[in-house]
Amino acid sequence: MKNKILDQSRRRFLTTAATVVGGFGAATATVPFVSNMSPSAKTKAIGAPVEVDISKLKPGERMIEKWQGKPVWILRRTSEMLSDISSLSDEVSDPQSDNSAQPDYAKNEFRALKEEFLVVIGICTHLGCSPSFVLKGDGDSISNDWMGGFFCPCHGSRFDLAGRVFKGVPAPYNLVIPPYKFISETRLLIGDDKEIG
Amino acid sequence: MSKSKGTLISNLVDFRDWIDARFPLSRIWNEHLANYYAPKNFNFWYFFGAFAILVLGIQVVTGIWLTMNYKPSAEEAFASVEYIMRDTEWGWLIRYMHSTGASAFFIVIYLHMFRALLYGSYKKPRELLWLSGMALYLLLMGEAFFGYLLPWGQMSYWGAQVIISLFGALPIIGDDLSLWIRGDFVVSDVTLNRFFALHVIAFPLLILGLVGFHILALHEVGSNNPDGIEIKKNKDADGVPIDGIPFHPYYTVKDLMGAVVFLIFFFAVVFFTPEMKIPGTQGLFLESANFVQANPLQTPEHIAPVWYFTPFYAILRAVPSQLGGVIAMGLAVNLFLLLPWLDRSPVRSSRYRGRNYRIALTLFVVSFLILGWLGLQVVTPVYTWMARFFTIVYFLFFFLMPFYTALDKDKRVPDRVTS
Repeated sequence: MKNKILDQSRRRFLTTAATVVGGFGAATATVPFVSNMSPSAKTKAIGAPVEVDISKLKPGERMIEKWQGKPVWILRRTSEMLSDISSLSDEVSDPQSDNSAQPDYAKNEFRALKEEFLVVIGICTHLGCSPSFVLKGDGDSISNDWMGGFFCPCHGSRFDLAGRVFKGVPAPYNLVIPPYKFISETRLLIGDDKEIG
Repeated sequence: MSKSKGTLISNLVDFRDWIDARFPLSRIWNEHLANYYAPKNFNFWYFFGAFAILVLGIQVVTGIWLTMNYKPSAEEAFASVEYIMRDTEWGWLIRYMHSTGASAFFIVIYLHMFRALLYGSYKKPRELLWLSGMALYLLLMGEAFFGYLLPWGQMSYWGAQVIISLFGALPIIGDDLSLWIRGDFVVSDVTLNRFFALHVIAFPLLILGLVGFHILALHEVGSNNPDGIEIKKNKDADGVPIDGIPFHPYYTVKDLMGAVVFLIFFFAVVFFTPEMKIPGTQGLFLESANFVQANPLQTPEHIAPVWYFTPFYAILRAVPSQLGGVIAMGLAVNLFLLLPWLDRSPVRSSRYRGRNYRIALTLFVVSFLILGWLGLQVVTPVYTWMARFFTIVYFLFFFLMPFYTALDKDKRVPDRVTS
């Protein structure tokens, strides 16, 4: 160690190089940890389509199925319910579902593949509670002219029997329609709408 | 110390010297206790820092014991909590101490924070002390939120669902972010398992580390006091603040006495009303809906967060837009961070501040309490308008602070602390 004077520029180069390489390494090291918290292969597999038998569902009744861990409601609507839905077009905020999430075949007034059957994810688009199904006549506490629909107990959002959100409630969009298809007259596949082939 | 060989005392002294040669034991003791001078005029409000440490200790110890019997899986969690309550020896006591401890922690921290607002403890040179305290408060909120999911009751489940959905309301990244937090499409076994990891390992480690930071920062700048006077300005010939007294034994003993009184109240709750079921509520500390196992297909009729989150929850509900509500709520929690820079008054303690700050602080505390009450209620149009009004008052406290503190007619601050 003859020359004790530090070579400043060399020192600075080494520091910069170590910082850049080390910083890049440290940043890269976060990738596995962050990614590890994403849904696992097993979790994704549980999200597979669910087959539902709807032969026992009577007109005006609703059944709840579980798909991807979420409640999926299947409501068999009567013709009265359908005409009630039509009469509410001015009171809902997105009557034609232009800003809402649904497959193309459900982007219509009744938000369904077949008018009779509403298939919808029963999770409020506001903050994720599951609204209650309130029939016409049972909703006096919700509004004076309740035509039947869904009422979220958490923050008071209201939806009609097509899952369309009413104006002036916190939920921003209509309820989400999952992909689905009819395998037969009485069997429904939720979570998959691709043609068999 | 005379060295008469062989006596017990001299052996102990020798042992201490042996350690001191290898580890700064005496130095730490002196710097942080025996020769740490705290203002002699501490009042009631100065108990809550020590109480916070006491409650933290209770939570750590009872938490470790709960983990011995708790099972972090959606299948078993609810039953394992009932098992702890009914079948393990003294399990009910340990669990009720932990659940009461959570609420006690927030009571203590809110009063500790109020003290800072009352006496200007966040002001220069204590900004880092305040920021580390705020970081601790945010960590505590996270810790409480993760912990509340673990019993896997209905309120656990739907509370977590709503709070995680708050992140989903953020534009663009929202959906992916909430999916990443849950690790599943809904709150599920996966979510429960990771919340357990965060609740028992990650956040406690962060909290303990930050408490160390907080105390070191405090001992560097010294404690503030009810007069808001810098006691280091008046020192005697030995460099000791004239208005200071050694933390040990004076305040260690005083805090110990305070701890006894605190524990009397604490255990009164643990033994007689662990749910804190006061009329008009579902139970403030443990909500009745949480005695029903989580059901992902059905939301309970009335859901509300635990009391310590309700002021912010009321603000969320008061804003008539989803994203706006989430932003307002985030701001309401985080605006405290800016206090050292929003406050323009040269005077710390409200004792010597003018009318403006005293009125502003009173209105702020009142609106915080009323918002907290509103957050527990079912929404009605009247309550919504009340919540909107008090949300505005809440925010004005912060947004107008640079103006009303600058214009305030402060009184003259005495040179020495008053007793």
